Amino acid sequence: MRGPKVLLLIALLVCAGASGFAGAINPYYYDILISIGINILLAVSLNLVTGYTGQFSLGHAGFMAVGAYFSAWVTLTCGQALGGSPPSATGLFLLALIGGGFAAAAAGLVVGVPSLRLRGDYLAIVTLGFSEIIKGVIQNAEPLGAQRGLGGMVQHTNFFWTYAFVALAIYGILTLVHSTYGSGFLAVRDDEIAAESMGINTTKYKVLAFVIGAFMAGIAGGLYAHFKQFIHPEGFNFLKSVDIVVMVILGGMGSTAGVCLAAVILTILPEFLRTVSDYTWLPAPVRELAENRMILYSLLLIVLMLTRPQGLFGKVDLRRKKP
Amino acid sequence: MIEFLQQLINGLSQGAIYALIALGYTMVFGVLRFINFAHGDIYMLGAFAGFYTAPKLLALTGGGPSYAGAALVLVVAMALCAVAGVLIERVCYRPLRAQPRLTVLIAAIGVSLFLENGGQFFFGADPQAFPEIIADSAIELPASWGGFSALTVTVGQVIVIGSAIVLLAGLRAVVMHTRTGMAMRALSLNPLAASLMGVNTDAVISFTFGIGSALAGAAGILTSIQQPSIDPLMGINAGLKAFVAAVLGGIGNIPGAALGGVIIGILEALVVGYVNPTYRDPLVFVVLILVLLVKPSGLLGKPEREKV
Repeated sequence: MRGPKVLLLIALLVCAGASGFAGAINPYYYDILISIGINILLAVSLNLVTGYTGQFSLGHAGFMAVGAYFSAWVTLTCGQALGGSPPSATGLFLLALIGGGFAAAAAGLVVGVPSLRLRGDYLAIVTLGFSEIIKGVIQNAEPLGAQRGLGGMVQHTNFFWTYAFVALAIYGILTLVHSTYGSGFLAVRDDEIAAESMGINTTKYKVLAFVIGAFMAGIAGGLYAHFKQFIHPEGFNFLKSVDIVVMVILGGMGSTAGVCLAAVILTILPEFLRTVSDYTWLPAPVRELAENRMILYSLLLIVLMLTRPQGLFGKVDLRRKKP
Repeated sequence: MIEFLQQLINGLSQGAIYALIALGYTMVFGVLRFINFAHGDIYMLGAFAGFYTAPKLLALTGGGPSYAGAALVLVVAMALCAVAGVLIERVCYRPLRAQPRLTVLIAAIGVSLFLENGGQFFFGADPQAFPEIIADSAIELPASWGGFSALTVTVGQVIVIGSAIVLLAGLRAVVMHTRTGMAMRALSLNPLAASLMGVNTDAVISFTFGIGSALAGAAGILTSIQQPSIDPLMGINAGLKAFVAAVLGGIGNIPGAALGGVIIGILEALVVGYVNPTYRDPLVFVVLILVLLVKPSGLLGKPEREKV
């Protein structure tokens, strides 16, 4: 076995071992831990689209919504038919997750194909538009709870499954991008015209990036749905997409390690900021500002772009040169 | 028939607003080849500039709603928005001009989010009632018009459409008949050649941002005359629709933006009137995707070849 596979195996074993202690963790910290895992999954998958392939997407939450609703619908409708015995319930959960991933991947294909003709700014708005359309469809779909949201899922998501999927996703993306085939993604990002003239099918790579990214976001959505046990269309709005984009940009586009770290930081940060209001020695405006996470995020984006556009951990040599 | 005409009038007055915002997108795109994501939020700033200054300005002109007072509010809001637009360009976009476009795009999204959330923080998140600057009432149509006298036309609609036409004519005069306008056109044709011919690129770009933002500010005031409920997130939807209008008309093309705005406004009114009001917002994305698939250069734009 080669190096990465050994690492993957070790990571999975560590997940299995660590999940044994999950019961001993304070439920609040457990909640944060799972949220970190789901956010890493989302950020890493968007990083494939935006960081490695250079296609800026503002609609990642839409793919997450597809996965969340599809898997929740599967477990809700088939769960009772199969009876609640643990092995079959877990099997069904996994099937639903994968199914949700494929449903999201199909959505990714639908988004990817028309957006081939677009780049940069247009693509950002079209992906935003698609995620709004997905949200609109869910809001009008009665079997999915429409405006009321969908609840009643069994909490299948646990520490092991969350981090097992995180490990698989990181392994999959790293091996893909570092393979000969996968260097096509980087070529499309670095210079699309040059890549095309070297015989790279840029269309195929862009669609592939969208489909794989959407698949992983769909899995993340399924994990989220079976952890929170309640999902609502507004939970997958534009701001959720921005959250994921900020993680990728802060971590550094095209740096999986950086993006993972940014996902961890940005999941813990709001929790930390929530406690800032207890520090009475701080002046009141500072405390109020700290509670408004989005103001900080927006300032972070601007300052980061002005001072360090490659992100905190992006490799300097990965920076695109002047056109 | 009467109902159809009524929807056309409603659509036209909404389309005039979109057209004013779309002009800012298209002008900035013309000189910088970049979509200013924060433009919709400038429109929101315009509405709030009016909200805070209107009571004082109306007091200057006699107290109650009046045309002079409304004109004053419009001018002040336009000036404040122009300053905001120039400032944003100076601080956030100019240092990034040599960077990849993605960097500028992300910075623009950051500015947009900052204006939206900062607006919620400073102005309050709840919708507020815009002060009445013009007495908005239905105009009595003469009975001699026969069936057409059943149409409802409000003072607000006439003012919105009239002001939009005046502003568009003014913009056309500036772009076609002044030296700065000529410099703007030169810049959008070829930035390097323009700067070699002695065009002060930075000044022209600042000017473009100023004019575009002033028009968005005017749109903010004109909207508030018709729908006097304003909130810090009102710029998101209006901005997206105006952007689609700019793309529909051919981005970078000034008459195209005006045409696109009117078309989007009328389409929206027709969908609300005849199909289902809930499709009002998704409609523009469908239009956008169709335009980009069928004719990416827009109705009046020329296709742009990519040079290596």
